[in-house]
Amino acid sequence: MPSSAPKLYVDDVSMTFKTPTGVFEALAPVTLSIPQGRFVSLIGPSGCGKSTIFNIIAGLLEPSAGRVMIDGIDATGTIGRVGYMLQKDLLLPWRTVLDNTILGMEIQGVPLRQARERALPLLHRYGLAGFEHLYPNSLSGGMRQRAALLRTLLFDTDVILLDEPFGALDAQTKLQMQEWLMQLWSDFDKTVLFVTHDVEEAIYLSDEVHVMGTRPGRVIANIPITLPRPRVRTSALTADFIAIKERCLDLLSANAAAPSPMNQAA
Amino acid sequence: MTVQDTRTVESLAGLDLAPEQADAPAASRRPVRRLPVHKDWPTWALVTVQVGILVGALSLWEIGARAGWIDAFFWSQPSAIANTMGLFFATGEAWTDISFTFRSTIFGFLLGTAAGSLLGLSFWWSRNYAAIVQPYVICLESIPKLALAPLIILVFGIGLTSKVAVATALTLVVSTLTAYAGVKALDPDGEKLFYSLGATRMQVFRKLVVPFCLPWVISVLRVNIGLALTGAIVGEFIASQHGLGRAILYAGQTYDIALVWVAVLVLSTLAIVMYASVSWLESVLRKGVRQ
Repeated sequence: MPSSAPKLYVDDVSMTFKTPTGVFEALAPVTLSIPQGRFVSLIGPSGCGKSTIFNIIAGLLEPSAGRVMIDGIDATGTIGRVGYMLQKDLLLPWRTVLDNTILGMEIQGVPLRQARERALPLLHRYGLAGFEHLYPNSLSGGMRQRAALLRTLLFDTDVILLDEPFGALDAQTKLQMQEWLMQLWSDFDKTVLFVTHDVEEAIYLSDEVHVMGTRPGRVIANIPITLPRPRVRTSALTADFIAIKERCLDLLSANAAAPSPMNQAA
Repeated sequence: MTVQDTRTVESLAGLDLAPEQADAPAASRRPVRRLPVHKDWPTWALVTVQVGILVGALSLWEIGARAGWIDAFFWSQPSAIANTMGLFFATGEAWTDISFTFRSTIFGFLLGTAAGSLLGLSFWWSRNYAAIVQPYVICLESIPKLALAPLIILVFGIGLTSKVAVATALTLVVSTLTAYAGVKALDPDGEKLFYSLGATRMQVFRKLVVPFCLPWVISVLRVNIGLALTGAIVGEFIASQHGLGRAILYAGQTYDIALVWVAVLVLSTLAIVMYASVSWLESVLRKGVRQ
């Protein structure tokens, strides 16, 4: 495999549904090319097809057209190729935190003892020490989110999809979780695709931000974020950061103001 | 009309014009009320009253029967019931009957609960299959199963099997519908998570559907033990050589009212013991399931 081939290549993927009144275009053809180890965010209003893209990449939804390539191999419609963290943490209440985090390995046939041995040190290192044998209902929202993220990480795929993982957290916890995610990302060299409503969060975390629009859902701009890493909280106060944020917000509000141009991008 | 209007105006005016009343703090103008106090009695006092009621009622019954206020032929009397109880257990017939009813109930309970739960869970596998079978299950639910008991006795004979069959028929549908309710309550995102991890259908069933629905299956155990007992007794009423149901029917037909009471008492004790055991089992299982 040539090193220049993108880790994840979403090739002209689109999604249409037949409705009684005609054809509804949920997602106009979208192309994303994401190299190994990049942190890429998708921002956009609800209904812009972010979740549709994720479901297609995860193989849970068959696209109407286009292909999903992982490491240059066609992975359209195949499940278990990428780690996918849904909006809800979906921790199983009858399993301990440890046994929740090994779910992916267990499904892939890793023996339980071995899976637990692999998971325990990570739980200790990433803020779940002392919680491993508790049940999820005794955990706070932030802790549950950590467990869900570690479950995704321990599934051990190169590509990870995160669908608004911090959407339901309070502002304080959200900041902590962003730091924590940055730590994980730099430790594990994963390729991350991240969906959020929060423009500042997207810029702060990402190498690249894709701004999406609605009707039909599509990518309207791709903004590289060249701010130096490691980033700190005060990065958000720099002129560069504010300029990018303004551009993103302009794009989002321009799309919202547009009088719904049907099939404009198609 | 006019009177009322005037009064309203007056009282409003009064509020404005009576400074000595407005000066008084608002709270002092309201009636004094306190939070009602409910004092719990100690347990021994409660038990004493309970035993007292029982002893009192039995004494009245006995005295009434001896004095002729109560017809002892129809209602029997506590002393006669106690005598018959002694005889019932002394002749050895008691334990055969108890064991017969107990076995019919337990087998019917286990069979109906297990088969019903499996049937309900099986609806997860195919929406088409569920859609096809569901009307039949609902029909089965609406049929008064006890009305089928004579048919069941005819098919399965007068032995233990037919009693188990009636008890099973009563418990099966309840378990099916409850387990299916669990299946329907399953979060589709949970399945999505499993499939995104590359799970097979069987893995989703074993690791998600079954544990998720277990609380539903467990919640129906206590209902089912009662239904199974009802089924077993009705089966015995119709045709049987053993069992507490048969003992009650036989005693009633021979006007042995004391024996009716004895069998009913023994049956109630059996019911309480089984209900308590299943409740205990349920709490143990719930703790195991942790939900």
